Amino acid sequence: MNWKRFFLWGTTAIVFAAAPHVFTSSFALTLLTQMGSFIIFALSYNMLLGQGGMLSFGHAVYSGLGAYIAVHALNLMGKGAFVFPVTLLPLIGGLAGMVFGVLFGYVTTRRAGTTFALISLGVGEMVFACVLMFPGFFGGEAGVSTNRVVGKPFLGISYGPAIQVYYLVAVWCVISIAAMYALTQTPLGRMANAVRDNPERAEFVGYDTQKVRFLQLVLSSFFAGVSGGLSCINFEIVSAENVSALRSGGVLIATFIGGVPFFFGPILGAILFIFFVAALSGFTKAWLLYLGLFFVLMVIYAPGGLASLLLMHIPLLRARRLGRLALPYLLAAGASALALAGLIGVVEMVYHLSEVSGGTMMALAGLEFDAHSHTAWAISILLLVAGLVALRFAASFFAQRWSAVQLEMQGRAS
Amino acid sequence: MSAALELHDVHKSFGSTKIINGVSLEVRAGERHAIIGPNGAGKSTLYNLISGRFPVSSGKIILKGEEITGLRPFEINRKGLSRSFQVTNIFHNMSVYENIRCAVLWPAGYRYSFWSRVAGLKDVQRRAEETMERIGLARRRNVLAAVLTYAEQRALEIGITIAGGASVVLLDEPTAGMSRTETAQAVQLIREVTVGKTLIMVEHDMGVIFDLADRISVLVYGEIIATGAPADIRSNAAVQEAYLGSLKKEKENA
Amino acid sequence: MEFFLVQALNGISYGLLLFMLSSGLTLVFSLMGVLNFAHASFYMLGAYFAFQVSTRIGFWPALVLAPILVGAIGMLVERFGLRKVHRFGHVAELLFTFGLAYLIDEAVHLIWGRSAVDYRVPPDLDGPLFAIFTSQYPIYRGFMMLVSVAMLIAIWLALTRTRIGLVIQAALTHPQTVEALGHNVPRVFMLVFGGGAALAGLAGVIGGNAFVTEPGMAAAVGPIIFVTVVVGGMGSLAGAFVASLLIGCLQTFAVALDWPLFFGLKLSQVAPVLPYLLMVLLLIFRPKGLMGRREG
Repeated sequence: MNWKRFFLWGTTAIVFAAAPHVFTSSFALTLLTQMGSFIIFALSYNMLLGQGGMLSFGHAVYSGLGAYIAVHALNLMGKGAFVFPVTLLPLIGGLAGMVFGVLFGYVTTRRAGTTFALISLGVGEMVFACVLMFPGFFGGEAGVSTNRVVGKPFLGISYGPAIQVYYLVAVWCVISIAAMYALTQTPLGRMANAVRDNPERAEFVGYDTQKVRFLQLVLSSFFAGVSGGLSCINFEIVSAENVSALRSGGVLIATFIGGVPFFFGPILGAILFIFFVAALSGFTKAWLLYLGLFFVLMVIYAPGGLASLLLMHIPLLRARRLGRLALPYLLAAGASALALAGLIGVVEMVYHLSEVSGGTMMALAGLEFDAHSHTAWAISILLLVAGLVALRFAASFFAQRWSAVQLEMQGRAS
Repeated sequence: MSAALELHDVHKSFGSTKIINGVSLEVRAGERHAIIGPNGAGKSTLYNLISGRFPVSSGKIILKGEEITGLRPFEINRKGLSRSFQVTNIFHNMSVYENIRCAVLWPAGYRYSFWSRVAGLKDVQRRAEETMERIGLARRRNVLAAVLTYAEQRALEIGITIAGGASVVLLDEPTAGMSRTETAQAVQLIREVTVGKTLIMVEHDMGVIFDLADRISVLVYGEIIATGAPADIRSNAAVQEAYLGSLKKEKENA
Repeated sequence: MEFFLVQALNGISYGLLLFMLSSGLTLVFSLMGVLNFAHASFYMLGAYFAFQVSTRIGFWPALVLAPILVGAIGMLVERFGLRKVHRFGHVAELLFTFGLAYLIDEAVHLIWGRSAVDYRVPPDLDGPLFAIFTSQYPIYRGFMMLVSVAMLIAIWLALTRTRIGLVIQAALTHPQTVEALGHNVPRVFMLVFGGGAALAGLAGVIGGNAFVTEPGMAAAVGPIIFVTVVVGGMGSLAGAFVASLLIGCLQTFAVALDWPLFFGLKLSQVAPVLPYLLMVLLLIFRPKGLMGRREG
């Protein structure tokens, strides 16, 4: 047995098991539960993007439709129409997701690249429109609600208390992560990578690239459906939002921010995304703007995501030169803080002026001021400009220090 | 002796431009057949037609007695024809070993399997390692393809082409851009790995051609103007005119 | 008969508006290989800028100023954003424009608020143009068609007759050669992208007051435009033209017809799904699109 692998999976399981005991508030628990099912969703998305090279703008279709089937199954179970353990409900979601994967996948994987992306968008919009058109099955705007407590508790588990739901999600999450990782090590997984990197060559070694992408999508939609089933249990409601473009966009952003080229990237991205959204949306109405800005900056400056940024530092850690970056990072952080303060000032003031009807006084970070006042505007813009200029210098200083350290390490090695 | 590959009156036009103008060719099983011709003759296009990259405008292509006209590249590949590319076309983000392994998976019968770990497939591993030995890259097993030297990448290109065990191999300018020593090594490699197979080769390097080829076909402006043994081609008047004539034209236009 | 004529004219004017948008998208895609996901957002910006300018100054200045403003923003986006992402490949470019669309949508939301703004048809163009039996066909619709057609002729002339048009066409397939010949290809790309944005902005100026101007308008028309481009065949202007008219008429007629279908649904209720259904059908039977040439 490979000790490194054992250690890694063991740690993962322990982290999942121990998390609710470290973060004990009920708000934290809801976040952790959401993170768990979103991790599965994001990993399933990366099966398409990171492993298959398929950029999809409509992945929520599979998780959402899986959730709808699961919620109807759960309601039937609640009425006693058939007996099935709630613990295995995500399996129903997964299978439903997979059926739609076969159905829509056949159409969408006929083209690749940019065309595939647009088609996935079209299919997503189509499903969303259909969901609103058939309120009988989909519950219209209000959606379909359910009760996850079904029948008698089994070994004390009724899924009534939130902590039980968390552990259900955690177990499915660990199993799904293991399964999706295992898939990357199979012939299909390897050829999916080959098709991503060089579809022409893959054809010339005997593989039908369309079939490879189709199968990859079907498997991915299974796991998306699993996450939909878990979402159904967690929230006890499924609505059109579950198949919306917003949900599809969200998983894309989360996966990308985490890091598309690395298997564990989406795990990181899912955790951060849920946290970001939950934390920010409480503080400011403009959170989607900040998220969008963060995403765009990542696309330009760090397309490998946070995972790539972290992994970049490992050689330095090994060579014990990480400390050399402390000063550049400190300066960059300071400059960013300045720029950010200015940005927040401007954005919040603009928002306040356009939305709020009751006067122009507003509160920000404990300071009360008039959103119309020239001083407030001047300070914000000054901070922003100063911050950006400082960031320019800090960035070049960082670059200098980085290449100096790289040279040192190479000199050491040779 | 049966024909490994036959072309019957193949035409190809891109819009109104005619590139291949009625090519008929017969490559015998087990022979080494070279296709030469001045620049712009249509050699790459011919390869693209044979391997299914482009559809023919008219005509038939027959591989080992079976018609392959209009089939997709992967279908043709599965019937036993494999090709290399003039511009190196490997999987840059994979190691040498992984590159070869990709070429072995389908012929080994694993198809789209997602229930077995590829690291545990011993026959795949064995075949990949055999191929790496033959192309001389066994020591570079775990090196990322993108950082190999140019000659190593060309060797890998050939490796991917033959790893699957195809009986008809198309090589597209395999020694392009190589130094004298590298070319000699490449020729030796090609000779070794195509024993018992049918080799069709497009090349510009006449030394390589006359060293390796059993027969040569000359392609000029989309037509085959001569086919035969190297010695006959060398002394063929039409061939000389085609090559020298084009040189003369360039001199006149300059 | 009257119904058919009125709806046909409406469908054609809507189709022409769709073509204004999809042609800009197709041009930028053909010339730069980039699919601008934020194209519909530029449309929205055009409408909002036109609203601001027309309430302060007037509609006719807005018709000129708003597209210029949007075009300027497009050029800045290309220069400081897209150009940096170019080396990471088409997926990264698409992701960049996707994020950009989010940003623009949110910024508009931030500045102008959540509800629709009162961007109205100017009084001189408000009224009946001619009568079809008992219905009055509005002047503004006619004006929209006029602007669309004029714009298209102008583009066609610019591309095929002027020198810059030739440079653009050449840079499509041989950017390095064109650059070696002394043309500033990066600047050409900046102009093309800005031009595409300006076209979208112009569509916004004339479409924003015919239809509603609100923060969700980009998200509403965006997917339709992308479907149009896929149905017409990626990179084909002629295909985009046919597809735009087809989808424009399809949607206009469907929304107006109450024919009963299955599941108790009427055709007018199913109308939003029709463009996507068309796309799916086309993908099954003719994956290249109506007149497809270039693969994304």
